[in-house]
Amino acid sequence: MTSGFSPDGVDLVVVGASWGGVDAAMQVLRELPAPLPVPVLLVLHRSRTSERALLERVIERDCGHPARELGDKDDLTAGTIHLAPPDYHVLVEGGSVSLTVEDPVNHSRPSVDLAFETAAEDHAERLVAVLLSGLGRDGAHGIEVVHRHGGRTLVQDPAEAERPDMPQAAIDTGCVDEVATLRGIGLRLRELLEGGGR
Amino acid sequence: MPAHAEAEREAIEISLLLEGVHQQYGFDFRQYARASLRRRLWRRVYAEGLRTISGLQERVLHDRSAMERLLLDLSINVTSMFRDPAFFASFRQHVVPALRTYPFLRIWNAGCSTGEETYSLAILLREVGLLDRTRIYATDINESVLASAAEGIYPLAKMQEYTENYLAAGGSRSFSDYYRAAYERAQIDRSLTENIVFAAHNLVSDRSFNEFHVIVCRNVMIYFDRTLQGRVHRLFLDSLVPFGILALGHKETLAHSPIADAFDVVDEQERIYRRHGS
Repeated sequence: MTSGFSPDGVDLVVVGASWGGVDAAMQVLRELPAPLPVPVLLVLHRSRTSERALLERVIERDCGHPARELGDKDDLTAGTIHLAPPDYHVLVEGGSVSLTVEDPVNHSRPSVDLAFETAAEDHAERLVAVLLSGLGRDGAHGIEVVHRHGGRTLVQDPAEAERPDMPQAAIDTGCVDEVATLRGIGLRLRELLEGGGR
Repeated sequence: MPAHAEAEREAIEISLLLEGVHQQYGFDFRQYARASLRRRLWRRVYAEGLRTISGLQERVLHDRSAMERLLLDLSINVTSMFRDPAFFASFRQHVVPALRTYPFLRIWNAGCSTGEETYSLAILLREVGLLDRTRIYATDINESVLASAAEGIYPLAKMQEYTENYLAAGGSRSFSDYYRAAYERAQIDRSLTENIVFAAHNLVSDRSFNEFHVIVCRNVMIYFDRTLQGRVHRLFLDSLVPFGILALGHKETLAHSPIADAFDVVDEQERIYRRHGS
């Protein structure tokens, strides 16, 4: 089960980015309060051969939060940054995750769309979805679903993004609550997690 | 209709459909992990030109061919030869030495889908000189994927990827020795199938059918909920000889299972477990 609520009623943050978005994600995660009052799920496109443990260590060192690669049916626990493993989709249900090896969606596995959609269905208005730099349009449909379920959507300013495609595709859906720089997103998340955000 | 009310109605529709499928056809998807199952049901709804899960229920209960199409949606997993090469390398290194001590080997490849993993195991066993005294029981819930598994015909375009996987898995020959190319397709060496039995078996509802030295079931149970996973773990425990090997997918674990205590870890990273001796 998900443990923990922020004072603003947020109980899950899902961050999506492409492989090139790893630095962007770190800049955002660095701003978050420690210990994290809610679980954070990080869905990054990365190759199946990428050094798995390395990313966990880098995030722990640079962001100051414990990071762990998800296994099937693992719980999303507060205090931890949960990493989607390469080459699996992550589906959120009942506060834990199921992994699948179904076909890539939008050429992506893990798919940010699938993670956003299932998290939205599971967490509704208690979800914050964050979409950062990336090629293609993964995440845009997921942003729509999050919005429809009453969740909050934050997207990196395409002008700042190394790869503006994914943020721009999301903005074009008309379902984005806030467009901000990485620093702005980080501060906004901190507000939402510490209270006084809504 | 607000989103949560829609979701509640949909949950009812899914339960009714699964109950009906179970009662009429005997396939039990009631304890499958819902988020993925739900997506695949909707895919079938649209493919059938329908609008609701209830509509799909009517269609599959009245039309067996629609049930077969649904079954394909619900049971096909993406698979490839020597997927996760490090697993096969570890199997060679950590499991094969113990297997040499048996005069005859029974291996169960549960959820074999279209057979890529089964042939990968057969190739590995041939290269270490064990295939001749092995019988591989390759099972799946779905008869039509079993038929293609038995044929062993795959897109030729896949062979480059499989060759790379094979080499990374520690293959000692040339991968092209194991298939014959014709037009756009590659047929796996028929002699590999001599020691393979393809058979229908339903992990959810069928019992153990033999005692095995090795069970390989990778990325099959990720589609099940935790309770069902626990039950299938028990089925595997009951189907293994003392010191028998259980191999799971990379992101699966026995750690939360009620039968975790009955196994030792052989390779944590590759999720290879060994049943205790007693």
